[in-house]
Amino acid sequence: MEGMAIRLTGLRKTYGGTEAVAGVDLEIADGEFFSMLGPSGSGKTTVLRMIAGFEAPTAGTVELAGRDVTRLAPFERDVHTVFQDYALFPHMTVEQNVAYGLKVRGVPRAERLVRARAALAQVGLEGLGRRRPAELSGGQRQRVALARALVGRPRVLLLDEPLGALDLKLRERMQVELKEIQREVGITFVFVTHDQEEALTMSDRIAVFHQGRIEQVAAPAEIYERPATPFVAGFVGTSNLLTGETARQVVGTAGTYSIRPEKIRILPDHEAPGDPGHSTAAGTVAEVVYLGDSTRFLVDLDGGGRLTALQQNLETSSADLAAFRGARIGLQWHPDHAVRVPETP
Amino acid sequence: MTALTPGLSPESARRAAGPGRGAVRRLAGALHRRPRLRLAALLTAPLLWLVLAYLGSLAALFLSAFWSTDSFTSEVVRIWTTANFEELVGSPVYRTVALRTVGVALAVTALCAVIAFPLAFYTARVAHPRRRPLFVVALLMPLWAGYLVKVYAWRLILSEGGPLDWALRPFGLSGPGYGLTATVLVLTYLWLPYMALPIHTALAQLPDNLLNASADLGARTGRTFVSVVLPLVWPAVAAGSVFTFSLSLGDYITVQIVGGKTQLIGNLVYSNVTLNLPLAAALGTVPVAVIVVYLLAVRRSGALRSL
Repeated sequence: MEGMAIRLTGLRKTYGGTEAVAGVDLEIADGEFFSMLGPSGSGKTTVLRMIAGFEAPTAGTVELAGRDVTRLAPFERDVHTVFQDYALFPHMTVEQNVAYGLKVRGVPRAERLVRARAALAQVGLEGLGRRRPAELSGGQRQRVALARALVGRPRVLLLDEPLGALDLKLRERMQVELKEIQREVGITFVFVTHDQEEALTMSDRIAVFHQGRIEQVAAPAEIYERPATPFVAGFVGTSNLLTGETARQVVGTAGTYSIRPEKIRILPDHEAPGDPGHSTAAGTVAEVVYLGDSTRFLVDLDGGGRLTALQQNLETSSADLAAFRGARIGLQWHPDHAVRVPETP
Repeated sequence: MTALTPGLSPESARRAAGPGRGAVRRLAGALHRRPRLRLAALLTAPLLWLVLAYLGSLAALFLSAFWSTDSFTSEVVRIWTTANFEELVGSPVYRTVALRTVGVALAVTALCAVIAFPLAFYTARVAHPRRRPLFVVALLMPLWAGYLVKVYAWRLILSEGGPLDWALRPFGLSGPGYGLTATVLVLTYLWLPYMALPIHTALAQLPDNLLNASADLGARTGRTFVSVVLPLVWPAVAAGSVFTFSLSLGDYITVQIVGGKTQLIGNLVYSNVTLNLPLAAALGTVPVAVIVVYLLAVRRSGALRSL
């Protein structure tokens, strides 16, 4: 059994009258890559700041490796943070920034330098140690922030939307690198993000935050395939939520159902019977959105409601797709992919 | 114009704008095409002021410092001589007064920094954000009253048997009375806002996350202060110190009112102006030289790089 890196119990935080975090219980294992996913204002960053010690909880406890640290200052916790704005010290060189944590902990100068250089090499910034943060690009600053937090070998690394300010290509590369670094050093990563794709690709487990509470904690595939609440179904990936009368017509029973767009196949002939054992529905194409590698069809169902279907562009070209607009088509999916979503508890 | 009023031809748009606006627009257009003319319009007045009134008077000061006076008539004799400066350097009185003046200016600057820093730290980072503007106003409140009013108020406070003596009596102490200490005290009071305001601004602009990052990496509060806060706020302290130092260096009224028999360079200049103008001018160059040295020292410390 692995040790527990973080345990949050009944964590609450109120500012004035508003409740930013409304009761969070969470356990994060040693060595886990754990993501806290949610829209802005959902409380995920506040939880992170309470783990780091920048905010004191209104109620509840924070335990790190079995020790209650709720009332301890940030410098008394074995936790380092990578900040969203990097928070590099502008008056220090890159090397001094990275070595700062070692310096304040009394590590001798020679060892400091060796370890700082090793940390910079680990994030791919050899030879930039003499520069000032202002002389670096956004991506490089992000790496310095990462090296600075990693060099002290904390038990837990907290990352507050660290890739938010990077452009798409760089972000995708950093996602892969972060995951590799985490595997290499074996430190628990707690990663805050509002980007569901980022959370899905990197994490061992994800907690989905909504209005100061956790809606679901599970592995990425579980979150995506079996959303526990309508909010999770809607926030993670694009989802078709079927409720009420539409659900009864399309699925056959009342309740809330989610069907992922890529699980739905387009049948050009709306009267085609469909493959055996599949559910079908007929409708009219309201909109066709060309996405390059795939195409999104918004289909108004005959029985009411609208479904989004995603098709890989295997043979079709954009010219053919325009003809679909307004066409009558059929949709088919496997009944297993119409996932029943429990109502919000 | 055409872009803003679609459907109108340029001609009708110009007519709609009226003849007066047309002339202004032509002038604006002409300026837009001639960057040098624009620069001239911008800088002529301030440059005239700077050269004639500002540098001119400074040049007059330096020039007259090399003249002398007829000892019977006190008339200025315009013959080139370095006698004034020789007297300045040679006379122990002048040397003592010059050193005392620099000492007072340094003491006032140090006191202002020591008092202003905690105050500004409170107004910029500790006080509730909504109350901060109020505290800044309070910090600057002394500037609302006139110089003489404030100094005479201090003369009352410091007078023998006055409020300060009365307040200190229960502790078996008495006020400093009029003299050098009183001068430093009152000058510190007078120039404090000039030190507090830049420090407040610098502290207010310090990102929270830098302090968080320092604590996060294991630094205790004192360490964060020395390694992060102080280096980043240092330029503001330097800027404030230029004000407090130069203002103290040139002051002579406060010394007259609360300084007792204390003499500073300003007093010597003042008392020589009518009798020996060239000597007064030579004395006047001393603060100028000290300020130049001070600014060079501040610049060397790197504190002005980010101003």
